[in-house]
Amino acid sequence: MVQFTLPKNSKIRTGKTWPKPEGAKNVRKFQIYRWNPDDGENPRVDTYFVDMDACGPMVLDALIKIKNEIDPTLTFRRSCREGICGSCAMMIDGINTLACIYGLDEIKGDVKIYPLPHMPVVKDLIPDLTHFYAQHASIMPWLETKTNRPQKEWKQSIEDRKKLDGLYECVMCASCSAACPSYWWNSDRYLGPAALLHAYRWIVDSRDEATGERLDDLEDPFKLYRCHTIMNCAKTCPKGLNPAAAIAEIKRMMVNRIV
Amino acid sequence: MAQGKPVERPLSPFMLGQYYRLQMTSVSSILTRITGNALIVSAFLVVWWLVAAASGPDYFEPVNAFMTSWFGDLIFALSVLGVWYHYLAGLRHFLWDAGHGLQIETAEKLGWVCVIGSVVLTVITLIIV
Repeated sequence: MVQFTLPKNSKIRTGKTWPKPEGAKNVRKFQIYRWNPDDGENPRVDTYFVDMDACGPMVLDALIKIKNEIDPTLTFRRSCREGICGSCAMMIDGINTLACIYGLDEIKGDVKIYPLPHMPVVKDLIPDLTHFYAQHASIMPWLETKTNRPQKEWKQSIEDRKKLDGLYECVMCASCSAACPSYWWNSDRYLGPAALLHAYRWIVDSRDEATGERLDDLEDPFKLYRCHTIMNCAKTCPKGLNPAAAIAEIKRMMVNRIV
Repeated sequence: MAQGKPVERPLSPFMLGQYYRLQMTSVSSILTRITGNALIVSAFLVVWWLVAAASGPDYFEPVNAFMTSWFGDLIFALSVLGVWYHYLAGLRHFLWDAGHGLQIETAEKLGWVCVIGSVVLTVITLIIV
């Protein structure tokens, strides 16, 4: 359902302002969303000041610095710090991206950091992605075959392999789905850009033999057709992929197999 | 966590403009919605006008006065803007559904075409009519 406000328990209060680092000349202000499941209070936005002369270039560097030096309770996911694991996806400066590959120099003014939009919050910057992963699992993200296994590997021509470029690079960070207004409001039934991009990745795979079943499964007013080509997904993807184009291709295949 | 009482998790903020940045992608899409719904309302007004004309002069007189007042003019001028925007956005959807213009730069340019084009076409329409 379309929603324009936050529920009562999600309204955001002004939080704590943490002390400025002593002796720092080049200080930057960070406003970060906090929510602790253990204190029973509403979410708040805390203010931190970071000495930029002693901080790495990326948003994740600043988050780690805050956690190490100012507030060890600040909670966020991170792992690879090079944009390949997809763990540190969050809303930074009003768009969804990976904190580890988003430069602090790309942001004007104060740095505002929130968890991925319209998701249940586990703690601070960590959203609950259980439903998101379940939707990915529902599109059968594996090679489905019916013919007998070949002696060696399933072969693919160079041209057919090329069709997977721009699809296989997805790291499932959920930035796109959490940027999609349609997904915000219909995520219970709409699969969202990430799961649909993966669906298309297997639909166009020349080795896959379940294309018909895959399309049948998506032939649904909500699962696929809640995509209204808003394109917030492609706009925000930190890997530069285009889920909207992949979804448009699925829609075209739906039409082409009937006409 | 072991007490068995489920945690009531807050919903992370999302609202366009306030939290999530307004962008050509989402703005041009939502304008299509807004113009489409507004046009339903003005279509009803036109029907009301026709029904009034069919019901006789006593009923037509006040309705016609409202429709041709400055307020009526404003509503219909805005409706023209709505028609043009919705039409151009519809054309953009045709392009997309045919598999064209799905690169983000192109889609954003087409968004500007819808916004600026609808204003220009409205001005032309109002000058001609």
